Amino acid sequence: MLAFIVSRLLQAIPVMLTVSLISFAMFAYVGDPVTIMLGQDYTEAQREALVRELGLDQPFFVQFVEFLQNVLRGDFGISYRLGRPVAELILERLPATIELALTAALLALLIGVPMGVYTGLYRNSWLSRVFLTVSLIGVSLPTFLIGILLILVFAVILGWLPSFGRGETVAIGWWTTGLLTASGLKALILPAVTLGLYQMTLIMRLVRSEMLEVLRTDYIKFARARGLPDRIVHFGHALKNTLVPVITITGLQLGAIIAFAIVTETVFQWPGMGLLFIQAVANADIPIMAAYLMLIALLFVTINLIVDLLYYAVDPRLRSGLIASSDR
Amino acid sequence: MSAFAPARRLTRIFDTDLWWSFTRSPTVVASALIAVAMISSAAFAPWVAPHNPFDLATLNLLDAFTPPIWLEGGDARFLLGTDDQGRDVLSTILYGARISLFVGFCSVLFAMTLGVSIGLVAGYAGGTVDAVLMRIADIKLTFPAILIALLVDGIVRAVLPRELHDRIAIWVLIFAIGFSNWVPFARTVRGSTMVEKNKEYVMAARVIGLSPARIMWSHVLPNVLGPVLVIATLQLGFAILAEATLSFLGVGVPPTQPSLGTLIRIGNDFLFSGEWWITVFPGTALATMVLSVNLLGDWLRDALNPKLR
Repeated sequence: MLAFIVSRLLQAIPVMLTVSLISFAMFAYVGDPVTIMLGQDYTEAQREALVRELGLDQPFFVQFVEFLQNVLRGDFGISYRLGRPVAELILERLPATIELALTAALLALLIGVPMGVYTGLYRNSWLSRVFLTVSLIGVSLPTFLIGILLILVFAVILGWLPSFGRGETVAIGWWTTGLLTASGLKALILPAVTLGLYQMTLIMRLVRSEMLEVLRTDYIKFARARGLPDRIVHFGHALKNTLVPVITITGLQLGAIIAFAIVTETVFQWPGMGLLFIQAVANADIPIMAAYLMLIALLFVTINLIVDLLYYAVDPRLRSGLIASSDR
Repeated sequence: MSAFAPARRLTRIFDTDLWWSFTRSPTVVASALIAVAMISSAAFAPWVAPHNPFDLATLNLLDAFTPPIWLEGGDARFLLGTDDQGRDVLSTILYGARISLFVGFCSVLFAMTLGVSIGLVAGYAGGTVDAVLMRIADIKLTFPAILIALLVDGIVRAVLPRELHDRIAIWVLIFAIGFSNWVPFARTVRGSTMVEKNKEYVMAARVIGLSPARIMWSHVLPNVLGPVLVIATLQLGFAILAEATLSFLGVGVPPTQPSLGTLIRIGNDFLFSGEWWITVFPGTALATMVLSVNLLGDWLRDALNPKLR
């Protein structure tokens, strides 16, 4: 087990190094922070002083090591556009994105898995057909369009839910949460549904096809022959064995959820990291882009690791051959 | 004699398994018809569209915010209504779909070229080259494509001066989307190249002293292209969506050449004042287009998969 974790951690290091090299290269070669920071009027001496202060006269490799040290201390530089430390900006926006992403993922799981089980068990019922058709449309509709349609129906026509922002938030330490106020919860509904819908259809289809496959196996036939009640056969035996791919996909989709949060946050003007990032892209604000890139990479590497560990917990068959297969 | 050749080729198409499985499914036929209709009307937008939405001389601000024809206040000239600048929504959709499809096709073509080349080299060379290339593919696959496209676009935006960037924005977008999407092509081609390279005809080519480049290009490539076309169809839907998403986020095509995504973004501002048609119609067009392309791709994948026959 320990060897497995260590080998996975070792695999993550080159990925993180590559990503930070890309981030640093963006800093080093893209745009000219000096002219951006100095503004219109400056003397040559001021320019040189700033170049020295920022360490831009050092060789590439020295700068890269210094950059890594800064990053490990949590110093991601200063935003060109907002003139504030990037780490501070991101910490401020992080809770909004995490709350949104986790709610969406939870929603997708809680609705997607039962729908998948149902369509797998009763695949010819009319309700299953409805679910499948809806899911096909859900996959083909872009996230932002779903968001706009939801706003049109629930905010503009019906006027039930707010269409932008987070509502009132409560601060717990540095973490601001919208989960504790009525307006915060109300504001969360539409963005979370928008973000979770695609993942929900994905999970539903996955659970369905896995169920169909598992239900054909001998051990299910045997369980039925033993006269076990349907409930135990379906949930105790069948569903449990479909969970490995579901965990993988959900875990890996968590990354996609955070990436697509960029779109959802733009539609709903949700004050999260995605909105910060998209404004950075539109304004070529490199420090924010670089920090976001590294943060996302760290997140993905961590998620992949957790998914691998969960595998191990869920599927005993993997435990024996695990070390052999981990170095593929 | 040669006059009969095209006719004979046509009957040969109708005789294939592919055509048979095509006619079996009404959904597939319908989506093919819709896709063909949308692609051709978009391609011929300047001749099909009732107005030229970019000809400032014909625009009249007094026509702005005209609702669709079946609503009160509709105008017979504007079937689906007009936007804030008095442009005919139907025409902007046709012109917009043209840009969306252009970006979609080109970026898939770019992704295909890049992915097939990398896959060929990795599969044929093997060893360290293969390991390095596939490791890069793994890292790339760790991130969602849309994020990579955004990053590439952001970096290019930072490197180029603004005015130059506006001029070549479409090509930047094609590069960004194509670049974010080469891995599926590379993986597939690598796999089949590894199988092909041990076959006798490749050995024979090597024995007569052909260069590796020549062997890859004219001997291996034709034999690994089949699955590539399926992936390309499946990726087209993705590319169109990616373009729309980026344009919606405001980092895609410049507003002077609005694609469907840009139109939806523009219309989004008027949702609250009740002018829903400016957003909803481009949105419907986009969704229909992607849905029909995706259905076609799914069918093609299943029809060409020997395991499912």
